[in-house]
Amino acid sequence: MIHSLHGPWPWYVAGPLIGLTVPLLLLLGNRQFGISSTLRHICAACIPGNIPFFTYNWKAESWNLFFVAGILLGGVVATTLLHNPAPIVIHPKLAQSLAGYGITATNALVPEQLFNWGALLTLRGFILMIVGGFLVGFGTRYAGGCTSGHAIMGLSNLQWPSLVATISFMVGGFLVANVVLPFILGL
Amino acid sequence: MQETDFEVAPQATTPTFKATTRWEKKWWLYILAGIYFGVVLTKGEVISWVRIQEMFRLQSFHMYGVIGSAVVVGMISIFIIKRYKVKTFFGQPVTFPDKAFQKGQIFGGICFGMGWALTGACPGPLYAQIGSGATVVIATLLSAIAGTWVYGKIREQLPH
Repeated sequence: MIHSLHGPWPWYVAGPLIGLTVPLLLLLGNRQFGISSTLRHICAACIPGNIPFFTYNWKAESWNLFFVAGILLGGVVATTLLHNPAPIVIHPKLAQSLAGYGITATNALVPEQLFNWGALLTLRGFILMIVGGFLVGFGTRYAGGCTSGHAIMGLSNLQWPSLVATISFMVGGFLVANVVLPFILGL
Repeated sequence: MQETDFEVAPQATTPTFKATTRWEKKWWLYILAGIYFGVVLTKGEVISWVRIQEMFRLQSFHMYGVIGSAVVVGMISIFIIKRYKVKTFFGQPVTFPDKAFQKGQIFGGICFGMGWALTGACPGPLYAQIGSGATVVIATLLSAIAGTWVYGKIREQLPH
């Protein structure tokens, strides 16, 4: 049991536990699961700049800021108390493809050869982290939600606009991962 | 301009917002819920850049299994809450706002998908990745906040 807690959790354990976040937040205080809106609350709290989109009572939504602070702490707990010493399993084709770009140490959740402070100053690292991050923040708010708000909460509540959004996420991801990323990794 | 963001409770955006500036009283409950969710995200390897690449390259079922089974559990939970009119632990009614279609769900959705493939993280995993020790993801998170800010700044010029 202890051993299986430390190893990676299979999809049929992690998926249902993630799904339970939906009723958990509803029953804690009638809160809709949706994480990307915290980026909007941070803007509203720190840099509203007289923009109508950021002038609202963000404190009324502060539950979500506490929730994401908890997610960060959860990352700490999972990698300390529940630390998995074994390298993560990777599909041989992907390993081979990444090795072609000199990325061999893929055993961390966030591969350090790609994501490190020094890499921010390289074109490849800048595109992966800064351009990528910008697209995540811009795109989720333009779409009105992310994987949690649309794909999980929206689909669970049978909202067809959320299905449109989820399909669009996949279209953008397939395009970049298969067509654009090989060029970026080669930079 | 029409409402496009259905993740922010309507009462938060009403003009009386200045009168009601209160922090969440039961804040610690949400921290605990977040820790639970962050542990599952990390141990389920949902925050793994490699798992996201495998998903978009159709090389692994893992992420499809995670999201698919999460939706099934979410759907059943919401069905039960609606069917039996379950109230919150503190006795309030549970409500389900509908989301209206707008073009941003397509254009913005594609932008987010592109960013997801680059960073290997959607917004939840960004926070968990920082907690897992990848401190450089703070830069990615700051850039995501900047992206949200730019959206808010130019949103009236964008098709919705």
